[in-house]
Amino acid sequence: MVLAEHTGGQVSDGTHELIAKAHELATTLGGLTEVALLGRTDLAGQLSGADVVVAVDHPALSEYLPEAYEQTLLEVLAQRSPRLLLISNGTIGLDLAAALSVRWEAPLATCVSALEIDEGAVTATAQILGGKVLVDVELSGERGIATVLGGAFGAEAGRSSADADVVHLAPPAGLGAPRMSLRQVFEADGGDLDISSADMLVSVGRGIESQDNMEIVEELADVLRVPLSASRPVVDAGWLPKTRQVGQSGLKVKPRVYLALGISGAPEHLEGMRNAKLIIACNTDPQAPIFGVAHYGTTVDLFDLVPELVDKVRG
Amino acid sequence: MRIVVPMKAVPDLVEEIELNKDATGIEPENLTFVLGEWDSQALEEALLLKDATGAEVVAVGLTVDPEIDRILYTALAKGADAAVKVADASGATSSGPAGIRVADRAALLARYLMDEPADLVISGVQAADDLEGQLPPMLAALLDLPHVSVAVSVGVDGASAIVRQEFAGGRSHELQVHMPAVIGVQSARQAPRYAPITRIKQAMQAGPLTELTVSVPEARKGAIVRRMHRPEESGQAEMLTGDSGAVADQIVALLRARGLVKG
Repeated sequence: MVLAEHTGGQVSDGTHELIAKAHELATTLGGLTEVALLGRTDLAGQLSGADVVVAVDHPALSEYLPEAYEQTLLEVLAQRSPRLLLISNGTIGLDLAAALSVRWEAPLATCVSALEIDEGAVTATAQILGGKVLVDVELSGERGIATVLGGAFGAEAGRSSADADVVHLAPPAGLGAPRMSLRQVFEADGGDLDISSADMLVSVGRGIESQDNMEIVEELADVLRVPLSASRPVVDAGWLPKTRQVGQSGLKVKPRVYLALGISGAPEHLEGMRNAKLIIACNTDPQAPIFGVAHYGTTVDLFDLVPELVDKVRG
Repeated sequence: MRIVVPMKAVPDLVEEIELNKDATGIEPENLTFVLGEWDSQALEEALLLKDATGAEVVAVGLTVDPEIDRILYTALAKGADAAVKVADASGATSSGPAGIRVADRAALLARYLMDEPADLVISGVQAADDLEGQLPPMLAALLDLPHVSVAVSVGVDGASAIVRQEFAGGRSHELQVHMPAVIGVQSARQAPRYAPITRIKQAMQAGPLTELTVSVPEARKGAIVRRMHRPEESGQAEMLTGDSGAVADQIVALLRARGLVKG
């Protein structure tokens, strides 16, 4: 079973990726692919890659609300008893999966980049320590949960022209008396510039070490006349605004050239930039996962490299 | 108002990480441990709430956690009112591939929070070594409390917490959550404050940390670790050779070939 995610009437790409994978696993195990669609049950038509859409409607489910989603999903799980629940490893996955693993009593693997059936057992490859270590785990027993990284599987097979059967379930009792309510929805700020449309990005990560050092990468971005972007730690530290953040919790970018300076390549970040046409990465750690997606790499120190680049670009 | 902040160390990702001989865990020898970055953000958000409301902030860790004394004394130096180490009566020191399993950690902290309830539990949204899930929602499920993770600000309005929850692409929701509640912090409203070494020393001289022993039933089995390994070295990256000047020449040539550098 896949938990469908939707924003503004659109089912997410990640949902289609999970449906594609669920379909492959269900075929091997001889089962069905089901999708839990909470709130916008009118979107069932977008979930044609599934065999069954389990739809639950209630005003508290129209936007994602942790408590209402969790209660409803527990009801869906109790009624449908899936072998495996797949959730995208984004906000909803980070919010719900661990609570569901306690309440539904199922083993959980997070940050999953591969899922297979090995002699009847569901196995998952999970990334830990910023993607530096992979762990192969077995989700044994009758049930399991995996939160899956975006881009781990292709989405195309998750879309099909055949309509899924839609099963409507009643919302659980008590959903109307929540301990939590949605006060306001904030859309993303436009910000000073749109890094997702840039031809090239100079992007900086934790390796820059301090706010004072930001000057040297700002200078490089200036001489190249391209925007400066960053991975999450730089934005969390307040050295660049949120609108410059590349990654799962920031923006997905696809420039012709992505120059990654001092970025280790945590899964969160790779999800936002792996589709850049040319990735050049500079990191002193030869084990850094960024070199797994980069086309060219160097382990020279960025503090030596960047001034050289500035001089040579200036001519 | 009482705010409890569970904290723990994780291996420093800047250092090389080695696996044990049978590749089922991380070799603890030579590892450097640092406070998890999200826990550091969570402590900052709790201290901002203290600054605004006068709330009491209690930093909590497990006795068996690496570097826990240093982490808790630093939390005190930054402004936490108290720090507590929770010990497991069974004496277990390691149950997962990278220290105590998050499910066991959650069970111990839930027991502590049942004995000494908090209005808000604020912790990092995840830890770099989480394999079997995230602490805040797990704690909330054990305590039957409402929870919100991926929070980027936490405020208080009467008996409710006002929490901003962030989604991909910068979208966010403002939620009103009845307290007590558990919050998983992604980032604080400002960068974590700095604790001068003199203040940390003062905190250490002020006396030992409070230690409490709790006893919990054995946790349910989680995912079974078959093997740990590194990402394929295949990394498609072609490594540029030479000193920084030579590398810069090659990068400029790549940019020039794409018309991004003139001349």
